[in-house]
Amino acid sequence: MTFIQGIAILLAYQLVGEVAVLWTGAPIPGPVVGMVLLFLTLCLRRGVAERLDSTASALLAHLSLLFVPAGVGVIVHVQRIGAEWLPLAAALLLSTVLTLAFTAVLLRLLTRRATAAPRQEGD
Amino acid sequence: MADTLGAIWVYLAASPLLGLTVTLLAYIGAHALYERAGANPLLNPVAVAVALLIGLLVLTDTAYATYFEGAQFVHFLLGPATVALAVPLYRQLPKLRRTWAPVLVAVVAGVAVAALSAITTAWLLGASTQTLVSLAPKSVTAPVAMGIAEKIGGLPSLTAVLVVATGILGAVVGTKLFDLLGIRDDSVRGVAMGVTSHGIGTARAFQVSREMGAFAGLAMALSAFATALLLPWLVRLLPLG
Repeated sequence: MTFIQGIAILLAYQLVGEVAVLWTGAPIPGPVVGMVLLFLTLCLRRGVAERLDSTASALLAHLSLLFVPAGVGVIVHVQRIGAEWLPLAAALLLSTVLTLAFTAVLLRLLTRRATAAPRQEGD
Repeated sequence: MADTLGAIWVYLAASPLLGLTVTLLAYIGAHALYERAGANPLLNPVAVAVALLIGLLVLTDTAYATYFEGAQFVHFLLGPATVALAVPLYRQLPKLRRTWAPVLVAVVAGVAVAALSAITTAWLLGASTQTLVSLAPKSVTAPVAMGIAEKIGGLPSLTAVLVVATGILGAVVGTKLFDLLGIRDDSVRGVAMGVTSHGIGTARAFQVSREMGAFAGLAMALSAFATALLLPWLVRLLPLG
């Protein structure tokens, strides 16, 4: 029963998110709004109910599985990918490596400053 | 005998049962292979499962739409799984309280770098406008990216494929790249992984540590928001088509 309760909570938040997006016409996907609403709820309640915790862990433990059906969709785009494989492959490879490196280096720089600054002021 | 087999095949090919079952079996097989190889990121379970299923579809001459009738039940769970990310995110609240400002800046900057570097590279190498627009949201999680692609005039299904490819690529090279750059803090690694490679990167991050996974999930959620808000404007500013 706990699993059903957990999945019902997740679906209800997704539903509220989807309705909010349809209502306002915001260009944000419904599940993302649902996630933010659930996060705010947890912050207000100051805790995660056991039924929600176990369901969320079960879903997230095999998050990769959920991407498989979309990945198989490559089969529909064989022609376009064949014609434009070079720009696509170069863009994916370059952009992935650049974004990983840029974000990590920038964040390390920012957090170093953030943790170093108060110490200088204090002493 | 051949008639009976033929009749069984006709039944199975038309029902969602087969597509759903082979998706789970392919993933179980791919995951077992991945674990047996000592969690070698080159044997990414998503990539291996996708390859197995494509082989199967080609061999049996099955259309993707037929396969997807079964696989959609797995695909559907992306929605509740996105909502579920609130839970690990909440668990990192104490750490998030201390670092939210730098994380936010890094995520927004990372989102811009991801979209602009991909569009520029593909544009320089002569990709079509529709491909460029489909490529733009490739670093955010699939349901979000497909929604954005639709809004800005791309092909949502092509975007889904590029999203998965980006996810696999980041999951494969991520930890090696961080080692090369000397980045050891799991919260920093997680954020970079989540911004770049969304859910697949987050799945990989959870295999490294809970902290890296939670921060990857956080970055993935923040970047979904940032991309959904920024990208439509960014694409309008670019001299495309």
